[in-house]
Amino acid sequence: MASALLADNEAPGGCLPFALRLEQEGCAEHLVAASQLETMQLNITSRCNLQCRHCHIEAGPSRFDEMDRATMDAALDVFAGGGFGTLDITGGAPELNESYERLVTEGAARAKRVMTRTNLVVLTLPQHRHLPALWAELGVEVVCSLPHYEQRNTERQRGPAVFEAAIEGLKALNAQGYGLVSGKVLNIVSNPGGAFLPPAQAAAEREFRTRLSERHGVCFDHLLTITNNPVGRFGGFLEDKGILSDYLARLYASFNPQAAAGIMCRTQVSVAPDGRLYDCDFNQAAGLPLRFERGDLLIQDVAQRMAQNGATAGMALLAGRSIRVGQHCYACTAGAGSSCGGATA
Amino acid sequence: MSDSAYYDPADLAKFSTMGEFAPQLWERFMSYYGAVFEEGALTAREKALIALAVAHAVQCPYCIDAYTNSCLEKGCDQEQLTEAVHVACAIRGGASLVHGVQCKNIAGKLEL
Repeated sequence: MASALLADNEAPGGCLPFALRLEQEGCAEHLVAASQLETMQLNITSRCNLQCRHCHIEAGPSRFDEMDRATMDAALDVFAGGGFGTLDITGGAPELNESYERLVTEGAARAKRVMTRTNLVVLTLPQHRHLPALWAELGVEVVCSLPHYEQRNTERQRGPAVFEAAIEGLKALNAQGYGLVSGKVLNIVSNPGGAFLPPAQAAAEREFRTRLSERHGVCFDHLLTITNNPVGRFGGFLEDKGILSDYLARLYASFNPQAAAGIMCRTQVSVAPDGRLYDCDFNQAAGLPLRFERGDLLIQDVAQRMAQNGATAGMALLAGRSIRVGQHCYACTAGAGSSCGGATA
Repeated sequence: MSDSAYYDPADLAKFSTMGEFAPQLWERFMSYYGAVFEEGALTAREKALIALAVAHAVQCPYCIDAYTNSCLEKGCDQEQLTEAVHVACAIRGGASLVHGVQCKNIAGKLEL
């Protein structure tokens, strides 16, 4: 596994471990989570109808782990009790979890802001065609992934016959008013097609907007650029090509203290399908769960602590925690920074 | 430095050592260089593509490496990179060909 090579004390030649680099840059305080967390990200399945080459979760049709209802309920209890603002539902393809619609409906009733991530292609399957209408009705934000506006560049990452289906998915969202400055937010996530940093987000957004509009008549609100993280399937690609060290060195050389100040793990927590908690889903891919007295911290532990000792006592397990780091963290601090919400600096 | 080749990819990272014996000239060059590549009437991406074409015209392997990466990081794809290389190729080829007019002029003057 790529993650085994990325422990923070095994930095490639000349590169400091991440924690030490932040200390050297005078920003070690960024490795402590905020006292009030904003985002709870729920990774409700690793199953996906696609098998993208850059996927850090290594999602695909042969993955069958699913978050069950009890875990979802515990997460929603912690979300409400902990004063979270944003519920971010992701996967795999989250739509493939059999309790997805129940989660998104209950989430919309309890959260100020619900975001659902979609690969778009899944919306062309008969059993999921109704979802854009449901999302519009619930006021859910949609974050869709489309690596590039050119078919060949997208399909090089995501597989054949994916691009046209993705455009069909975008059109279905536009038909519900998404991406049309109507208040129904449709953002596109784009990641680079290889071992290099993403383009400037604003410039790429202009390019995507022009090309998608002119060629396909498709609209969206914002483009979010994300740096490929050297874990999971993308980490495997780097190892196979023999360029893992080169890529890490590139991320290291592009370290930006401003981006370090904006790392998403400071204000969020990520819940895996089995209820394990992580600082982010890259840590999930790297196998770095939050720790608790008996071992790994589960969302059920937090819910139980809240039920027994109150919300503040429960949230004390998450707020102000020390963030676990590895060499892959340099992906979030390189260049303009990277997060599940795009550039950070 | 590699003993077996004049060009070593690792030397690109040593570019700044050119400032060791002429720091003021180096600083002026880098200040100018940085300003050239800022967003202006041309976008940073357009400038990177021009740089890539010029890198091929002057056949500098360091510049080709640096500006291939730079173009990719500015969202260009291989089709665009290849077209930029063809621009360099066309200008180089055209430059040779247009000098053929000189050849023709001279020959025209000398031939019966």
